[in-house]
Amino acid sequence: MLIIKDLHAEIDGKEILSGINLELKAGEIHAIMGPNGSGKSTLAAVLSGRDLVSVTKGTVLYKGNNLLEMSPEKRAHAGIFLGFQYPIEIPGVSMINFMKTAINEQRKAKGLEPIKPSDFLKLMRDKKALVDMDSSLTSRSVNEGFSGGEKKRNEIFQMAMLEPVLAILDETDSGLDIDALRTVANGVNKLKTPENACIVITHYQRLLDYIIPDRVHVLYKGKIVKSSGKELALELEEKGYDWIKKENDK
Amino acid sequence: MEKEQDKILNDITQGEYKYGFHSDIEMETIPKGLNEETVRRISKKKNEPDFMLEYRLKAFRHWQSMKMPGWAHLKIPEIDYQDIIYYAAPKKKPVLDSLDDVDPELKETFDKLGISLDEQKRLTGVAVDAVIDSVSVKTTFKETLAELGIIFCSFSEAVQEHPDLIKKYMGSVVPYSDNFFATLNSAVFSDGSFCYIPKGVRCPMELSTYFRINAANTGQFERTLIVADEGSYVSYLEGCTAPQRDENQLHAAIVEIVAMENAEVKYSTVQNWYPGNKDGIGGIYNFVTKRGICKGDNSKISWTQVETGSAITWKYPSCILKGNNSVGEFFSVAVTNNHQQADTGTKMIHVGKNTKSIIVSKGISAGKSNNSYRGLVKVLKNAENARNFSQCDSLLLGDRCGAHTFPQIEADNPGAIIEHEATTSKIGEDQIFYCNQRGISTEDAIALIVNGYTREVLNKLPMEFAVEAQKLLQISLEGSVG
Repeated sequence: MLIIKDLHAEIDGKEILSGINLELKAGEIHAIMGPNGSGKSTLAAVLSGRDLVSVTKGTVLYKGNNLLEMSPEKRAHAGIFLGFQYPIEIPGVSMINFMKTAINEQRKAKGLEPIKPSDFLKLMRDKKALVDMDSSLTSRSVNEGFSGGEKKRNEIFQMAMLEPVLAILDETDSGLDIDALRTVANGVNKLKTPENACIVITHYQRLLDYIIPDRVHVLYKGKIVKSSGKELALELEEKGYDWIKKENDK
Repeated sequence: MEKEQDKILNDITQGEYKYGFHSDIEMETIPKGLNEETVRRISKKKNEPDFMLEYRLKAFRHWQSMKMPGWAHLKIPEIDYQDIIYYAAPKKKPVLDSLDDVDPELKETFDKLGISLDEQKRLTGVAVDAVIDSVSVKTTFKETLAELGIIFCSFSEAVQEHPDLIKKYMGSVVPYSDNFFATLNSAVFSDGSFCYIPKGVRCPMELSTYFRINAANTGQFERTLIVADEGSYVSYLEGCTAPQRDENQLHAAIVEIVAMENAEVKYSTVQNWYPGNKDGIGGIYNFVTKRGICKGDNSKISWTQVETGSAITWKYPSCILKGNNSVGEFFSVAVTNNHQQADTGTKMIHVGKNTKSIIVSKGISAGKSNNSYRGLVKVLKNAENARNFSQCDSLLLGDRCGAHTFPQIEADNPGAIIEHEATTSKIGEDQIFYCNQRGISTEDAIALIVNGYTREVLNKLPMEFAVEAQKLLQISLEGSVG
């Protein structure tokens, strides 16, 4: 589904990613871990098409297409979803309106008619239940005045609504208490199908108690320095990132 | 990143003005220039009674002693008042018995603008007075309205047919000496709309005036007078467009509203004069004096405006709350893009007891434009229990535009309660990206955010207008991401 080859990227002339290689197949969940500043969020930004980051070298193929040539909204239409580390507030735009516009834009891209209002409301209800989201939140402006936990839950809610092919969750676990963490993870697990895939970016191992990854990659100084099964996460938890740093800074 | 931002900002070029055509209609004009003779000729052309000519001459003589005001937050290039044509009219004399008499070219012009003069075809039930350059060409539904005693006609016709009403009310809210542009208008105004709603009548349809500047080098000076007698109600709409021309054209209008006891007048404007091109060449100078008086007790005047056009806008629709328990409202969305400048707001003058006013102003600035809110809330000594609430919000797109707020409060009664709230926000790149990531294009994202921001005001517009206004906002801001 996703093949990243020798990806180099910089922000304001400073190289952040220095040769990433990664392959993701349908039905898989990959975890990307690493210390602060290792390039995790930058990778998410490149995949979602944020223009703050410029790719200097390498390729990214998504379902056989050159992902880097696609605009952010085209990528969304093609099924890529980014769960934001810091969800953005949009005052004056209600969640309902926002979601409806998003869904209809994605439907339009697929040549479908706009969703029927009754179907839309039903979808909202179902997905809210799935992620255990407070009903009143959807009638408020997008993320405005939401608590940290509510914002993260809202990201998972949007993911549930849009049913992406490839979801990238950028530190969705940070700032969540254990109950919220469980609900969020639960949401991700329920949405898993053999056709879609997920990249979970996280700093801590604890999210991986609930979301079981097929592969764990450790990112350090813009490179994947270790890849292994889920046991790598536990090893990291035990030894800390210093272990990785020592090994690589030799 | 900065380069990228510059690039995006420089893309502010696609917002095309779709009303920029002009029509080849044979025109009759009075030569350029302004002197007493011009004023006399306009009056003569219109076959006016003596009191009108005297009014005009009084205004003209006063105007000669006046200077253009310089207090607004605007850069106004010098205007050569001798280089303007003050009267232009379609040559075919527009005294029309039926629609067949309308110049086909003229009819086509209004069809292009989406304003059908053909009553039979209209489903929406809006009575229209169409003013092109200096004269009113057609008023629809006149007969239907007459059955209820409602007078809705061109100003010139009212001068001929209802001179008593004109004499009584013209200049009673905006006196001829009011300000530089109002005085100029009082001297040279050519046409406009007149509307009288008799006692206890609720006007069954929206009344609408559509203003169109067509001729080159021509100024448009129209005036509108609305009188709502005791216990009556009327909702009035005004729309404006102009062709795309390289030179600046002057529009200096007057709107006067009189609301008697228990009467209510709702006045809505969607102003879309040509704003000039992306480099700031051309466009209309829109210097307008709009004022209403809540003369009787329990009366209400409500101004709603969506201002997207004009190179320069100078406009402060105001309410004098004279009657006890009277209410004044002002809801405004003003958009400026490219090099547009707007200095707009309102004045609420509380005279009577228990008077209330609400001001909601939403400014949106994009490109290199400047957008100012200027407001005055004045509570006179005897205005017991006066209340005002003002809310002034500014939304910025990009970092080369400006938003300014000049609220002024003068309270001479210690019991007055006056509240003022203001916010300034910016459509950020991260908001746009957030929308993009969910599959919403940048243009749609801006529309979504702007609609959310302006909803409170757009909701006040009559349905049909609200849709048009929403589209207009979208067009005005096309490509203006910051």
